[in-house]
Amino acid sequence: MLFLSQCINGLQLGSIYALVALGYSMVYGIIRLLNFAHGDVIMIGAYIALLTIGAGLHPALAVGITILGCVLISVLIEKVAYRPLRSAPRISLLITAIGVSLLLQNLVQLFFTADSRAYPSTAIIPARAIQLGGLSLSLSTVVTILVSVGAMLGLHLLIQKTRMGKAMRAVSEDTGAAQLMGIDINRVISITFAIGSALAGVGSVLYCCRYSVANPTMGSLLGLKAFVAAVLGGIGSIPGAVVGGFAIGFAEVLVTALGFSAWTDAVVFAVLIVVLLVKPTGLLGRGVAEKV
Amino acid sequence: MMLEVRDLTVYYDNIRALKGVSFSVEEGEIMTLIGANGAGKTTTLITLSGLKKAQSGSIRFLGKEITKTTPQSRVALGISQSPEGRRVFPGLTVLENLEMGAYLRKDDFAPDMEKVFRYFPRLRERKKQSAGTLSGGEQQMLAMGRALMSRPKLMLLDEPSMGLSPLLVAEIFEIIRRLNESGTTILLVEQNAALALKLCHRAAVMETGRIVLAGTGEELSRSPAVQKAYLGG
Ligand SMILES: Nc1ncnc2c1ncn2[C@@H]1O[C@H](COP(=O)(O)OP(=O)(O)O)[C@@H](O)[C@H]1O
Ligand SMILES: [Mg+2]
Repeated sequence: MLFLSQCINGLQLGSIYALVALGYSMVYGIIRLLNFAHGDVIMIGAYIALLTIGAGLHPALAVGITILGCVLISVLIEKVAYRPLRSAPRISLLITAIGVSLLLQNLVQLFFTADSRAYPSTAIIPARAIQLGGLSLSLSTVVTILVSVGAMLGLHLLIQKTRMGKAMRAVSEDTGAAQLMGIDINRVISITFAIGSALAGVGSVLYCCRYSVANPTMGSLLGLKAFVAAVLGGIGSIPGAVVGGFAIGFAEVLVTALGFSAWTDAVVFAVLIVVLLVKPTGLLGRGVAEKV
Repeated sequence: MMLEVRDLTVYYDNIRALKGVSFSVEEGEIMTLIGANGAGKTTTLITLSGLKKAQSGSIRFLGKEITKTTPQSRVALGISQSPEGRRVFPGLTVLENLEMGAYLRKDDFAPDMEKVFRYFPRLRERKKQSAGTLSGGEQQMLAMGRALMSRPKLMLLDEPSMGLSPLLVAEIFEIIRRLNESGTTILLVEQNAALALKLCHRAAVMETGRIVLAGTGEELSRSPAVQKAYLGG
């Protein structure tokens, strides 16, 4: 029973990492950028939820506004900060992303101080236990797993079956050839950022409901872990991000269960180092196809 | 005149790849550009489809000035390219590649897919396979089929014979001829000058970013300079 409940715990944490890792991988796939501001968009989402719930909005509406806010800010970041650098050296883009990340953290600190705030978890997902067989699960665990899996299935269908999804794959494989098809790559890149950050918005709500606090730097660690998950799965690979996310979630829960909870972060970064040394393309990554 | 190119100058950073290129393509013809490696043929084609921006000069297509327009608006006007090195989408299936070719089409493109499969029956057999698993010849067929899906008025073909066996080259050239007979205007870039000059109506020779000779295919085949430089004697 203990084993099973730990597995479910791993599944919950893993699904959050997977949602966030998907955003990293999708953006990397399409413009070869490690978007270090991705974690901070999740942090912004946390503050939007704080404010909207604080203002007395219905939780469902607050969640909707949170997701929309994450989408708008990401699309704006791409337009203002990344698009002008489309043909600049990759390193300029990377440094810009780090700059955007710091900017967002400091802006939020300016308006809301650096203090941690209690996140209204129970307003969004009521604290209730669900009996499943002999297992007692919290509603928030069940909701997290179901919503994440649902979002991933939705993403899978979108990418595999829709015209826009196919265009996204085409742009990520060969941007120039995609333009020759008449695909408007700016639009496709915007939509990729929008989808990735919608998943991040969902991830933001679920993550904050698990830990019940928000602060201006919360995005860094979550973002880094999701980044490790994306690299472990193979950066750029959608199934890889999911596999990597669950692997990191399970690893953390396992390390904690063994009594080494202080070591969880170290273990996650050890995973990154091992992957980079042994198999830099990750578990499901393709060979490094350089773009022309 | 379907396409009129005037004084086109194109740079890669500070390398001047095209140094004032002018030529035209008439409706219904096969026009071909030949020339050695690095002469600027590919640069010419990608500037026509808008992947590369011209520094100066003008491109007119069907009477419209398109020099500064986006690649997608040129596809919409009826220019379509099968690029050098094929550049099919390796992770997409053959069907999905063809669908991408029809990306801007709002109408039903099933008949066009059927037409592509009639030109290239081997693509039909492989339609569910990902393009990365195709042979070089099949990828060339897919690149051409994909370019046909937008119902182009002008097709730009960049070295369709590259790396293919003589038998396959003959097959591809026969299809280019049939495409042209069915009304598609073609601008063909080729290293295989002998075959290209035989197939085309008119031709031009490029050298280091300039057009140095132009005429009918027959005239150029008979030109001593062309024979010496491109036809092996
Ligand atoms: N991406 C590029 N960056 C810099 N120079 C390039 C690039 N592509 C082509 N060139 C240069 O432009 C010139 C024309 O090349 P290209 O158009 O590819 O010739 P062709 O297709 O006739 O072989 C060459 O000198 C080549 O070195
Ligand atoms: Mg070339």
